[in-house]
Amino acid sequence: MTSTNGHSQTLETDQPGAAQRHGGKVMRFHLKIWRQANPQSAGRMVDYEIDNVPTAASFLEMLDILNERLVARGEDPIEHDSDCREGICGTCSLTINGIPHGGQRGSATCQLHMRTFRDGDTIYVEPWRARPFPVIKDLVIDRAAFDRIIQAGGFITARTGSAPEANALPVPKVAADLAMDAAACIGCGACVAACKNSSAMLFTAAKIAHLNYLPQGQAEKDTRVLNMVRQMDKEGFGGCTNQYECSAVCPKEIDAAFIAKMNREYALASLKDITTGLGSAVD
Amino acid sequence: MNPILAFYRSSIGRKWVVAITGLVLFGFVIGHMLGNLQMFWGPDQINSYAVHLRDLGPLLWIVRIVLLTCFVLHIQCTIALARANRAARPEKYAYYATKQASKASRTMIVSGLIVLSFVLFHLMHFTFGWIDARNANLHEAAQDPLLGPGRHDVYRMVIAGFNHWPVSFFYLLGIGLLCWHLSHGFASVFQTLGLRNHRVEGFLRWTSGGLAALVFLGYCAIPLAVMTGILTDTNHPFGTPEQHPDAGHGAKTAAAVAR
Repeated sequence: MTSTNGHSQTLETDQPGAAQRHGGKVMRFHLKIWRQANPQSAGRMVDYEIDNVPTAASFLEMLDILNERLVARGEDPIEHDSDCREGICGTCSLTINGIPHGGQRGSATCQLHMRTFRDGDTIYVEPWRARPFPVIKDLVIDRAAFDRIIQAGGFITARTGSAPEANALPVPKVAADLAMDAAACIGCGACVAACKNSSAMLFTAAKIAHLNYLPQGQAEKDTRVLNMVRQMDKEGFGGCTNQYECSAVCPKEIDAAFIAKMNREYALASLKDITTGLGSAVD
Repeated sequence: MNPILAFYRSSIGRKWVVAITGLVLFGFVIGHMLGNLQMFWGPDQINSYAVHLRDLGPLLWIVRIVLLTCFVLHIQCTIALARANRAARPEKYAYYATKQASKASRTMIVSGLIVLSFVLFHLMHFTFGWIDARNANLHEAAQDPLLGPGRHDVYRMVIAGFNHWPVSFFYLLGIGLLCWHLSHGFASVFQTLGLRNHRVEGFLRWTSGGLAALVFLGYCAIPLAVMTGILTDTNHPFGTPEQHPDAGHGAKTAAAVAR
């Protein structure tokens, strides 16, 4: 099954033998999925049995199949986030058997396929767990805390109008490569979900590093790290205890060495703030 | 907000405090171990070392105050961080799993608190002499009776202390947990201070484990040697008996004093 259109496929697989007609095998799973009606109500894990799942289905397509059947039975479908389904947007966010994005190296939930599970497996599906990421419904969480960290300093201040000549500002190759590695972060929040402290340090460090490596980011280097770290703390994320679970589950394999860079730059910026004062820009 | 206070109250600022105080305490752990190992060279070596330390006078008090400050800050900051970390995840996962976090890294608060109780016991045992008052105040035989008792006999105090197997067992446990704590803590210092990258990552991991193992062996050697009879009042592997002919005699005198 190579179609990118989950819905037309899932409707077919509902008919007995549909998957076999496509030449694939089918699987059966016991699912335990977090259901929560709204942010205020208490949620709980609910059991679902699902069969006739094509081995070629992705995890999200499997949920689509389940939802089609729930709707057919007159039940509320399971709410979950997804968008591009090709691992580049950072929208999907499921903790599968305790590991954000399911534990397949360098991939998001949407790139995880049911063939990586065994037939008859019990699979736990939960939302990201962190106080700054409140559940909106079922598996959908509010990641606006990340937006506020970006608003605190994840930008450069530049004159609007005609773009400057690109070659006028030399960027060393090493700096460009490192900045690009950091900029690969898609802001999905798996780092927070994987961390036992719900720490957002990998995300914040990547967003700081990708601008601080580049010449365009130098003017606001110190205020950026101070403001973004302070916003991160204000949102209620925990601290890093150097286990690097974040990096291990990151679909973009962002390196935890960026956190070391942030730690260093934060201390240096604080020292400058103490000795010379970075001005009222930092509060 | 005052920028110093802002740094101290931030998550990264507290981590810096934990890392720097941890490094100072680690330095003490190494120095203390090297000092202790002089036990194997016999009473003269360790007892004169103890006299040298006491003779440092005000310098010794500065070291003590720095160590105590580091100890208090290290604990205060880690507890503040741990509380914030717990608060960041009010709803736990129904299915708990990790990909790579070491057991040591996941039990730092527990190992740290047990090490704290061990350190308090250790101070009461050998420094304040509250646990075993009879053996805490031993002195070597006087060179000259007019000058009062001889040097504080650290050597026999340690031998007597470790001759109780429950005490030795608690020491082995305490040291084991301290090294478990160090195996994660030492490498973490470099990440927190911003000194870790690809090139040193593997080196730091191995150094951290290796140093923890060395510290474990260095500290455990003494209680194990006492319990197995390698170290006794009169027997020590590296010392030459001629240098301190009063070792056996001193024991009798001190026992008489204690009575």
